[in-house]
Amino acid sequence: MPSTDFLKEADRVMAICNACRYCEGFCAVFPAMELRRTFSDQDLKYLANLCHNCRDCYYACQYAPPHEFALNVPKAMAELRLETYQECTKPGFLAGLFRRNSLSVGLITGTILSLVLLLTLGYQDPSVIFGTYRGEGAFYTVIPFMVMVAPISAIALFSVSILLMGFTRFWQKTGGTPGELLDLSANKRAIWEVMVLKYLDGGGHGCNYPDDRFSMARRWFHHLMFYGFMLCFAATSVALIYDHFLHRAAPYPFLSWPVILGTVGGGALLVGTGGLFYLKTRMDPDPAAPHAYGMDVALLVLLFLTSLTGLLLMIFRETPAMGILLSLHLGVVAGLFITLPYGKFVHAVYRYAALLRNAIEQARDK
Amino acid sequence: MVSANPSAVDLSQPFDVLIVGCGNAALCAAMTAAEAGARVLVLETAPKAFRGGNSRHTRNIRYLHTRGNEHLTGPYLEGEFWDDLMHVTGGHTNERLAHFTIKESEDIGLWMKKHGCLFQPSMRGTLHLARTNGFFLGGGKALINAYFTTALKLGVKIVYDAEVRDLEIRDGLFVSASLVTGGMPKQVRAKSIVVASGGFQGNIEWLKEYWGDTANNFIIRGTPYNKGRMLRVLLDNGAKPVGDPRQCHAVAIDARAPKFDGGIVTRLDCVPFGIVVNTNARRFYDEGEDFWPKRYAIWGRLVARQPEQTAFSIIDSKSIDLFMPSVFPPIEADSIGEMAAELALDPSALKETVSNFNASTRPGTFDSTVLDDCATAGLEPPKSHWARPLDTPPYYGYPLRPGITFTYLGVTVNEQARVIMQNDQPAPNIFAAGEIMAGNILGKGYMAGFGMTIGTVFGRVAGKEAARYAID
Repeated sequence: MPSTDFLKEADRVMAICNACRYCEGFCAVFPAMELRRTFSDQDLKYLANLCHNCRDCYYACQYAPPHEFALNVPKAMAELRLETYQECTKPGFLAGLFRRNSLSVGLITGTILSLVLLLTLGYQDPSVIFGTYRGEGAFYTVIPFMVMVAPISAIALFSVSILLMGFTRFWQKTGGTPGELLDLSANKRAIWEVMVLKYLDGGGHGCNYPDDRFSMARRWFHHLMFYGFMLCFAATSVALIYDHFLHRAAPYPFLSWPVILGTVGGGALLVGTGGLFYLKTRMDPDPAAPHAYGMDVALLVLLFLTSLTGLLLMIFRETPAMGILLSLHLGVVAGLFITLPYGKFVHAVYRYAALLRNAIEQARDK
Repeated sequence: MVSANPSAVDLSQPFDVLIVGCGNAALCAAMTAAEAGARVLVLETAPKAFRGGNSRHTRNIRYLHTRGNEHLTGPYLEGEFWDDLMHVTGGHTNERLAHFTIKESEDIGLWMKKHGCLFQPSMRGTLHLARTNGFFLGGGKALINAYFTTALKLGVKIVYDAEVRDLEIRDGLFVSASLVTGGMPKQVRAKSIVVASGGFQGNIEWLKEYWGDTANNFIIRGTPYNKGRMLRVLLDNGAKPVGDPRQCHAVAIDARAPKFDGGIVTRLDCVPFGIVVNTNARRFYDEGEDFWPKRYAIWGRLVARQPEQTAFSIIDSKSIDLFMPSVFPPIEADSIGEMAAELALDPSALKETVSNFNASTRPGTFDSTVLDDCATAGLEPPKSHWARPLDTPPYYGYPLRPGITFTYLGVTVNEQARVIMQNDQPAPNIFAAGEIMAGNILGKGYMAGFGMTIGTVFGRVAGKEAARYAID
């Protein structure tokens, strides 16, 4: 028997869906459901994280409220997803950060940002901070290389470890074995489905988002955000190579790879997160988890600010504003990184695990 | 949300075409009439959330096609279509209209796609009909949603919560309709009318005229809004009836289903794998006569004839995984005696029925995919296939009741969807489409997705002819 209210509701919903199956053409959840007659807790957590909240099934459902069955698959899945995020979070006492997530993320980011600014202003001479610099090494004049890189690296390491622990815990909780993780063709399929956002395409026609019409808008904005983020990541990696192997210190010329990648990526990230936020303000709230709204917005805002401060820094790097912009950018990036395992970003981790499980079991069923 | 503001619709101006009802046939008529240049008003009894009549509960449409495509696995030609129709109706059909329906359905999927319908490729749940029937992605409600969007784009006016109560028909000519919307009586005039408001299966009092008090125990699988008021009004105004008024499509469904609108999920596919007893714990029909898809439609009537219109399907654990999961969990028991107690049956009677059944089963090779050789010997009524002793606990029980899908009584129409009056003359400006005239073609029986065929074909014809009459 399911053990929490959200598990009970997901179980009730899946039992009705499994007797209907009209929605099997929309996404991976329904074909995965059809492989089962009854649903264990681990099945339900897996299915909840396989759901992309495209909402096509909600508007197509003849049992949606006000029907007495009051079937709302996207909402039931979204609420259960939030519960699994909390359950899989390490250390356990930090799971509470998911509850009032926008507040937690805001406070943590705000604190770190203030800390970076205070440290910069406290330890560095104003004439240095507000100086005007040209050419290589300018950033490190304001904040020395090690002071910049060491804390950020530590934070990144921490966050990646927490996310990996969450992945492992989720994998175990949904009945996975370590060996299955090495399934090459299943990984290939899951990666492909992430890259193209397969299950935001609703069988080829898009999501019913933000309203009951089919639209690819969310998918495209998510692509801009995702690939923008990846390009920024690539920009940072290339910059590290420049620094370490070519012994060229940042900032780099406008027509260098780190700056081109970062600018294109940052622009895409701005448009993607801005677009997703715009859609969110117009979305039908019924097929969503009410508590997820703040969490979703918090990550969008952080990514938007990361990109914005980065682009501003690039534009004004040869002006006296550079020092403060650099501190701001580093503060936001640190806030983003440290809150990654305690906010919306975790959906990427559990979604991948669910897609991998789906690829494995669908291949087995063939 | 995509929606028309109903209060914005001005009912004081006469329309070209009035459409009563808001299911598949009504929307096909509305879109066709609007495309022909007519000013179209659609009046829907239901509130917006329950719009779409019984089309909300459908999933597919059967249509003529000469080759397969991305959602149909192969051709379905006229001869085969005709044979299938003759097989299910046993000849209870108007052959001219039947031919017309089949011919007009050719490649109708293309028209549907143009009007917003999304088809899905064949998948696990649709394989058995994947060649003959096109499946709507997301089912009938998704189709209806798409049609609404298209109809609104074409300028069709739609009012929800608008129940048409009466029609003014003078010398066979439609003049105006009186309706109630928002608690207010209103009158609306139009040059022609398409009545596409379904059958009367949602009207228990009307069903009782033929079935007596047993109808109180019927479950209505679809919309509660099909009260048959327009059917009654047309018949009272001299329309020629068609179809046996006593007949309805009745399926054995889970007795725990909601009284209305339970739809597809309340069906039970377990009957062939066990025994079915009535409230006296006695069997009453051959559970294994044929494959369930070929028999489920007679079981509604069979159960309706039992005391309290109730029966129980009982299987054992050998069979629990052999059929589609059902929406309500089975009643579980570790012995037949315990099962009798759970189902409020006489334990000794149920034990006797089960032991007689078990003793009459003969060894055979059980195979649920063929008409196997597991039959009873010397048992009355027999069980012809899939008869295995009930001997492996836990036992599972499902309560059954008749579930009414649709009624057969309707109005007679011609190939222009014009309603035929008692004097055998077509009414000049009164048209009918969908369930209200399906009895012309489907006088008996049913085949999957064919109600949607009739609705789409006659909805389009009615829309075209009604617009032509109004505009000329």
